[in-house]
Amino acid sequence: MNRFASLARNPLLISAAAILALLAIGEAVSPGFARGDQIVRLLTVAAILGIAAAGQNLVILGGREGIDLSIGAVISLGAVIAGNVMNGADAAIPLAFAGAAGVGFVIGVVNGLGVTWLRIPPLVMTLGMMGVIQGGLVVLSRGVPSGNAAPALMAFVNRSAFLGIPGILFVWAGLAGLMALVLNKTRFGWSIYAIGANETAAVLTGLPARRIRVLLYGLAGLCGGLTGVCVIGYTGNSFISVGDQYVLPSVIAVVIGGTSLAGGAGSYTGTALGAIALVLLQSVLTTLNLEYWGRQVIFGVTLLLLMLLYGRQSRLRV
Amino acid sequence: MTLLAKLKGRTWVMTAAALAVLVAVNILLQPNFLEASVVRSNLTTFLPLVLVAVGQTYVIIGGDIDLSVGAIVALVNVVTVTTIAGLGGDGPAVLAGLVVGMAVGAGCGVLNGLIIAGLRFQPIVTTFATSIVFSGLALWVLPQAGLPVPEPYWRTYAGEVLGLPTVYLIYLAGFLLAAVLAARPFMTRLRAVGGLRTAAFQTGLRLGALRVAAFALSGLYGAFASLALTGETASGDPLMGQTLAMSAISAVVLGGTALSGGVGGTLGSVLGALVVGMIGSVIFFAGLPFEYQTLVQGLIILAALAGGVLVARR
Repeated sequence: MNRFASLARNPLLISAAAILALLAIGEAVSPGFARGDQIVRLLTVAAILGIAAAGQNLVILGGREGIDLSIGAVISLGAVIAGNVMNGADAAIPLAFAGAAGVGFVIGVVNGLGVTWLRIPPLVMTLGMMGVIQGGLVVLSRGVPSGNAAPALMAFVNRSAFLGIPGILFVWAGLAGLMALVLNKTRFGWSIYAIGANETAAVLTGLPARRIRVLLYGLAGLCGGLTGVCVIGYTGNSFISVGDQYVLPSVIAVVIGGTSLAGGAGSYTGTALGAIALVLLQSVLTTLNLEYWGRQVIFGVTLLLLMLLYGRQSRLRV
Repeated sequence: MTLLAKLKGRTWVMTAAALAVLVAVNILLQPNFLEASVVRSNLTTFLPLVLVAVGQTYVIIGGDIDLSVGAIVALVNVVTVTTIAGLGGDGPAVLAGLVVGMAVGAGCGVLNGLIIAGLRFQPIVTTFATSIVFSGLALWVLPQAGLPVPEPYWRTYAGEVLGLPTVYLIYLAGFLLAAVLAARPFMTRLRAVGGLRTAAFQTGLRLGALRVAAFALSGLYGAFASLALTGETASGDPLMGQTLAMSAISAVVLGGTALSGGVGGTLGSVLGALVVGMIGSVIFFAGLPFEYQTLVQGLIILAALAGGVLVARR
């Protein structure tokens, strides 16, 4: 019985069950919803969210109320930088990735320094950074959309690379493997859980908690930059608020994937499943042929129901 | 150093100083800044942010956060406008609209509080989810912007009641409510809930009720802000107030209320909201090229947040 109860509260199982249920509902409502190419299409959208959520996952795991609200602005910045570097030329794709990732990393490190050395609460630091980047984007673009994706990048995101599956999904699978490996099998991964669960104890055992946390925010920025390149690869061009829509979904994916917002517990596998479930839910709601407001209400209520299953805070009465 | 030590826990003094500097700069930039009509027009612009920031303060002091207040502003606006239109648009209809609007705002807040305190949900993700629901409902009530409010509504808002500008009376009413709350045990208990939740629980405080009350106040002040905005725009808009929640959080933190809960007060938040508003005003009148205004505003707010936190932590 106890064993069953713990299984029923396993975030990975719940996300997986939610994904299957959503696929079944989608197929019932609109036959062909769960067809292979449709699923690949959905996974591509989930991959873009999932890469952003990987960064969000790292700062949340690191604890101290870790969160990155600037990730949406970094995604926009990454997309604008990549678009202007490429300008439709395949040869400039590596430079676009490097530029967007590099700028994202530097912004993330600044976030991390503000959070650790100046001890600004992460929510406020990254909220302020969001404002600065959005202002910077206005200056950079002068309000006019510019730059576009190279054909090879669009093929990487949208067209089959192997067996009908686009390259971005292989990259995302690789990222998920890498995250699982780093978090479970390396000293760096263990130290993230350690500073997230109990920073004082971690520092006493000799872990450089501040440097690790700065690096986590840097990696979150890097993920944001890379997401930006994928976004422009998906849509072909960018505008300066293209990343805004990813901010809170990236946090939600982490939470419904079973990572505690308090830090120190969770996995990226859960987050990846959470991202897939989130994208599927939106897609099912779109096929339900409801008015926009009805979709919004059901989406919000479903998020609340998912949180009811887990992701709740502990009782005070013990 | 000793001066800084004395200022510990009184970040609002720093905020007041920052506000004084901003006022001085504004006077240099626009010589008519202190004219009654200019002051009134500025305070009218800042009013919604001030109100939302005051409401948000209670939630943050209690150790939670309310990201849904922007959506509440939109929902209250469309419900009020629709109610007034549905009842014929005369005096009693306007009154009914105001009451229904405030009830909707407080009700949304109570709902947030019940879900978060009652079911032990995370406040950030919960209020994000409820904000999606509230925005959806706002679009259901009024799918498109439009539906004007009757003339007496916005004329009264822009005009005067009993010889005093209506906007000043709203400031006064907001302050009175905040002052009454500050003098009651409620505020001390809320600080205890936000500061040391376990200890507050062990002393027998009714945590759930206090946190629900804080969220209800945030919703109610959100409704005040929405009714004020409606007086300015004079029509319904289901997308109103989207950036208010985030700006209000900046204002609250600028005013010296700690995001970790337990420390702070509404006076600081009012000053913080005025600082945020004045920064925008300084930048607008400083003659910066348009495209640099957002960037400079972002940088100043970030610097102010960092400075405020540094003073508080010394």
